[in-house]
Amino acid sequence: MSKCMESECNSYVVKCYQCGKCSAGCQISPFMDYLPHQVVRFVQLGDIYVDKILQSKSIWYCAGCQTCFSRCPQQVNLPHLMDLLCERSSKLKKIHPEARKILAFHKSFLNGVNRFGRSFELGLVGEFKLRTFNLFQDLLLAPAMIFKGKICFLPAKIKNLALVKVLFKKS
Amino acid sequence: MSRIGVFVCHCGENIGRTVDCGKVALESGKLQNVAISIDYKYMCSSPGQELIKNSIREHGLDGVVVAACSPRMHEKTFRGACAQAALNPYLCEMANIREHCSWVHDDKEAATAKAMDIVRSLVAKTVRNEKLFPIKIPVTKRALVIGGGVGGIQTALDIANSGHEVILIDKSPSIGGRMAALSETFPTLDCSQCILTPKMVDVAQHSKIKLVTYAELESVEGFVGNFKVKIRQKARYVDPIKCTGCGLCSQKCPVKNIASEFDEGLGMRRAIYTPFPQAIPNRPVIDKNNCTKLKTGKCGVCQKICQVGAINYEDKDQIVEYEVGAIVVATGLRALETREIYPEYGQGRHKDIITAMQFERLASASGPTLGVIKRPSDGKVPEKIVFIQCAGSRDSNAGYPYCSKICCMYTAKHAMLYKHKVHDGKAFVFYMDIRACGKNYEEFVRRGIEEDETSYLRGRVAKIYEENGQLVVNGIDTLSGEKMSIKADMVVLATAMSAQLESVHLAQLLGISYDQNNFYSELHPKLNPVDTATAGIFLAGSCAGPRDIPDTVASAGAVAAKVGGLFSKELLEREPIVACTKSFSNMNTCSGCFSCLQACPYGAIEQEIIVDKKQQQKKMVAKVNQGLCQGCGSCVSICRAGCLDLKGFSDEQMYESIIGMGGS
Repeated sequence: MSKCMESECNSYVVKCYQCGKCSAGCQISPFMDYLPHQVVRFVQLGDIYVDKILQSKSIWYCAGCQTCFSRCPQQVNLPHLMDLLCERSSKLKKIHPEARKILAFHKSFLNGVNRFGRSFELGLVGEFKLRTFNLFQDLLLAPAMIFKGKICFLPAKIKNLALVKVLFKKS
Repeated sequence: MSRIGVFVCHCGENIGRTVDCGKVALESGKLQNVAISIDYKYMCSSPGQELIKNSIREHGLDGVVVAACSPRMHEKTFRGACAQAALNPYLCEMANIREHCSWVHDDKEAATAKAMDIVRSLVAKTVRNEKLFPIKIPVTKRALVIGGGVGGIQTALDIANSGHEVILIDKSPSIGGRMAALSETFPTLDCSQCILTPKMVDVAQHSKIKLVTYAELESVEGFVGNFKVKIRQKARYVDPIKCTGCGLCSQKCPVKNIASEFDEGLGMRRAIYTPFPQAIPNRPVIDKNNCTKLKTGKCGVCQKICQVGAINYEDKDQIVEYEVGAIVVATGLRALETREIYPEYGQGRHKDIITAMQFERLASASGPTLGVIKRPSDGKVPEKIVFIQCAGSRDSNAGYPYCSKICCMYTAKHAMLYKHKVHDGKAFVFYMDIRACGKNYEEFVRRGIEEDETSYLRGRVAKIYEENGQLVVNGIDTLSGEKMSIKADMVVLATAMSAQLESVHLAQLLGISYDQNNFYSELHPKLNPVDTATAGIFLAGSCAGPRDIPDTVASAGAVAAKVGGLFSKELLEREPIVACTKSFSNMNTCSGCFSCLQACPYGAIEQEIIVDKKQQQKKMVAKVNQGLCQGCGSCVSICRAGCLDLKGFSDEQMYESIIGMGGS
């Protein structure tokens, strides 16, 4: 068992007996470099093996749909584990090159939530484009989205914004 | 002129689909000697059997042919029905038109014709059938149990508690077997000694059990209910009656450095010794191969120190004879030494590569380290330990293709015990599959993994070697595809469970069969799992294949029930389908070549001396012991003089049935 991960996920990682039901039912698995059950196995095996996972695409590609968790016979909380691994991967700067965009999206989204207490689409699009230097991608979709009211020009705030700020500080 | 009834069964659609049963019945009715012929949907059902019984009474039948399934399936059923209608059951025959006809053919017309042939053949045979009567033989209500492990102990206690005498023999100086050497037992972690030793005491104190330790079976004669066994009581050199078990002799014996068999070579014993302090009987024996007095005539310390004069250097092996009615084999198994097959695992080259049985002794409170896990080389407590399962098992190349069944569980237990004793230690287990089928077994293994942090790696270890004073275990984890190289302080091999070295010799003494792995064969793996093919000899415990303690105890109880059933009657009844010598106008044509004696797998052929009027020996002839004969017919087919016959399948019957078949 990986020492660095132990405190947060030991309770369920040790339970995994490698049946592979998670990987068999995962919708994203065709795009992953390590299948979900292999991710758990490497965490079980210890630190030297966890490194591979931290540099993998899989942890970032996981959509967090919870299908695996709800089907798991041993109640292994794989989506939670994937989150933990993502966090660790970004902290140690081991992010897979292909996953950088995903992290940029995560950050842009969370910044919006931090600022307004809820998602602000235009801000999200703007920040994401700045972070990825992909300024013109999907630009042609914008008129239709604006026309249908999918994108507002001004952000909406929630009432108790202070509470959200406290949450972000805590994390 | 006989009056035979033919009863054709449709067996639902099994026969009726391919054979025109009505036509078969109609045609059979026209045969010579057939008085009545009927077909019915299910002949084995209650109305079907009533049909047969009523026909026997109404038509005064003196023979019955049931054209239905195989004799193995329902011969007993229909013979029983005949007996109820006061017809000798051996006048009833089965014509197999299901397995031999309807099941293997498609063409209805041809199949019907073949069914007719079969019926004709059996009618012709039945005409020649004779009344036969069950053979009655007396029973000696005493059982011999060979092996004093937990299986033998439980069998002996169960038989004795049902009121019959038991003789329990064990080749070692004490009963207890493998279980006495175990530390704790899965899946409950009871202390092995705590649950076994009270049973050992019960055996010693039971009024119906005669305990004979340090003894081996010498020979067996006779047959079910009437065995004569000779037992070799090996010389103990200590009078067990005079001896008080004070243990002074073992303390003072100057020969100290003999590897203890009980401690798997990890501890030492003297030349005069009791295998372990809780031994039953708690009386020492002298190991004649190591005793200075017995080898050179000098020493004699034990005799001088013994206050009751129990030491007798003149003791000799003794042969004791007993009569018993049943024999129970409970000889157990042995753990293989991997050095025999896996040199790459380094057992024997490095002291810290030990077997699972040795680990049991290390973990046992009564063991050489008093329960502290210390490695044999330098006594250090190992910080990293690797357990290797399937060390030999499931390797057909090495000659052990079977699963040893208990290793998954005891390895999980070992890793657990290790973690309980060495809290900072780390245990790895290399496994192929985890086979934890049993009540609370899977939960036990999961507990080891989840609570006691045992790391399970799926794969076979390739090599174990020493590097800078440390053991390196090279394996793979196939679940991740990663090669593993683990530096370990100690390695424990779950070696394959194999049959006892003497198992074949014992099987030949007893006349029972054994499989390709030298484990004894059951009569039927599912329906007769504790019987052997030889009547009156039973198997308890792991001499029939690897078994854990619960399975062994269960089989012991099953054997006791079987023996109890055997002993419940004053006279035994046996099927009269046995070989017999033919006599032609009272003259015995046996030439005394005794090919039959060679051919008989059951030792049922005896030599009989024929004398003339002056009591002079005329010649030696073969005689069948009907108690031993199983009716296989080997002797009949090998007899050159044609003077042997099998009752129920006589030459005459066979000729008639062949001629009858072609008589369309």
